[in-house]
Amino acid sequence: MAEHKKDLRLEALTKRFGDFVAVDDLTLTVPEGSFFALLGPSGCGKTTTLRMVAGLEDPSAGRVLIGEEDVTYLRPYKRPVNTVFQSYALFPHLTVFENVAFGLRRRGVKDYKQKTADMIELVQLDQYAARKPAQLSGGQQQRVALGRALINQPGVLLLDEPLGALDLKLRRQMQIELKRIQTEIAITFVHVTHDQEEAMTMADTIAVMNHGVIEQMGTPGDLYENPETTFVANFLGQSNLIMAEVLHSSDDEVVVDCHGQKLTVARSRSHAPGRRGWLGVRPEKIFLSPAGAGEPQPANVLTGGRVTDVSFVGVSTQYLVAMPWGQELMAFEQNTGQREALRNGDAVDVLWSPAHTFLLDATQDAHAGIMTPEDAE
Amino acid sequence: MTAAPGTGAAVDGEKAPRRGWGWLLLVPGMAWLAVFFLYPTLQLFFTSLYDPSGSYETGYAMTWHFANYVDAVQDNWNLFVRSFAYAGIATIVCLLLGYPLAYAIAFKAGRWKYFMLVLVIAPFFTSFLLRTLAWRTILSDQGVVTSTLQTIGLLPDDGRLLATPVAVIAGLIYNFMPFMTLPLYASLDKVDYRLIEAAGDLYSSPFTGFRKVTFPLSLPGVVSGTLLTFIPACGDYINAELLGTPKQYMIGNRIQSAFLTEHNYPLASSLSLILMAVVVLMVVVYVRRAGTEDLV
Repeated sequence: MAEHKKDLRLEALTKRFGDFVAVDDLTLTVPEGSFFALLGPSGCGKTTTLRMVAGLEDPSAGRVLIGEEDVTYLRPYKRPVNTVFQSYALFPHLTVFENVAFGLRRRGVKDYKQKTADMIELVQLDQYAARKPAQLSGGQQQRVALGRALINQPGVLLLDEPLGALDLKLRRQMQIELKRIQTEIAITFVHVTHDQEEAMTMADTIAVMNHGVIEQMGTPGDLYENPETTFVANFLGQSNLIMAEVLHSSDDEVVVDCHGQKLTVARSRSHAPGRRGWLGVRPEKIFLSPAGAGEPQPANVLTGGRVTDVSFVGVSTQYLVAMPWGQELMAFEQNTGQREALRNGDAVDVLWSPAHTFLLDATQDAHAGIMTPEDAE
Repeated sequence: MTAAPGTGAAVDGEKAPRRGWGWLLLVPGMAWLAVFFLYPTLQLFFTSLYDPSGSYETGYAMTWHFANYVDAVQDNWNLFVRSFAYAGIATIVCLLLGYPLAYAIAFKAGRWKYFMLVLVIAPFFTSFLLRTLAWRTILSDQGVVTSTLQTIGLLPDDGRLLATPVAVIAGLIYNFMPFMTLPLYASLDKVDYRLIEAAGDLYSSPFTGFRKVTFPLSLPGVVSGTLLTFIPACGDYINAELLGTPKQYMIGNRIQSAFLTEHNYPLASSLSLILMAVVVLMVVVYVRRAGTEDLV
């Protein structure tokens, strides 16, 4: 096994439920051995995509390939794919040992006992092997689900919101552990999640999904620093988006007019096709400087701001700054102690490096991807 | 300071139910059982030990005549064996027919689920007696079923259905089918479909998934369904009486005639108690072996 490259490839994969298009013409390649995250809000089609890879859902169109093998219509039990289900789906009538051994025994693996014992050790459940799932905590059940899937050494391991049911502290711990295990055994992980922090912590590559299509795909750093759509800009972290007119553009930069003030964006970071665009900058990239204090280095500057809210968070202070055109910008500053904290009502200039600026399509919704507390489950 | 006594009261208030007045809820049920089960059973026990030489007209003397039991078994052991055999066959056939039915209702019926459940229960809207009488017509020598079976050669030309063990067992199967189907449905319906998907994900063909996951999880329904079928079927006499002849009579028929025709109360009582004891014994052994306490 595994002499050939076992990349997971989805080709023009589509799934319709009646009139509703859950997954729309999705094409992507997950390189063998990578930790890949499908990130998106609930209902974006990520779980449907996962289920099509697992064989639990038949695609309406398109193909699923693992290496050179077309598995599109292969029954689930014939695929080299295993899943860690969101609900864990542990067999309640079987012990931890029997749950973990399940896949090996179905395939008639002879020395399943030793392999199962080793796997139970890897997921650190040695002293619970004889227990039933109902006698385990949520975190332990999660490990059983992981071990039960991993033991089969699948070509691709699918994880469907595997940490969703755990509390925050345990989730952090499991994130690190999952990453450790993935590095150790070098199996391709496809992780579906709506938690952007989780995706960024663990994955090598993230595909941000929305309404059945991939908005953008790249490393966590790429996506965060150079988002290509308003959805990505808002769904991963937070962004300030300001309406701007494109004045002129050269090979390496675009100059825009932003409510009467000239700002520049690197050509490679400009994703606006038209005459107008959303000028974006992350709140932590912004410096606030008392009005008229000058600019330390080549910077994008917006003058005329006024502090309207100051939240002290310990390591940082979060400001809201009202601009002359009525928009409020967010700025996060480290509490380095270099400068007195600003107060409500202070007049400030807002400045940041052009290297941290991005320009997005003006036709997109500036609020796309902003999650309200209800969306976050 | 005022908060402290308040808190104390709240804690007391929480403790109070723990002292346990909950058992009071048992009183109505227990009283009912005492009057309508415990007392009659004791009465039955004493009656079974009356002197058998007494009669309905002369009355019975209490002589602690344990030999009644020996006589009852010696004279009627074949009826006991036949009853358990008929009831056993009926239970197995009910399970074989009821399981696929319950499975289909639980997993495949979609929006017809509740309609199908109503159909399963529908026979109860008519009396047991009437339905069994209807079977008499259906299985009669001139009936469609008999003549069809004769035409296709499954039954000899002078063959009958009515008045054969087949008719009695068929009647039992028909009458007790809902008692099998409903518990099976209840436990199959509780089986999480995601577990079946997980079995598929872990290299189980649909059949293996059924054998290793669905069926074990439905065992509580199998146990309660078989008990609810077997126990009443053992004591049934209507089917044997209406669909069979004395050659197919079960122990229930003997008890019925001993009580109501011969007025041989000691015999009837000892037969009843023996039946009860044997059934309880069988149930205990069965439940132990099925290991239901080990199931979820």
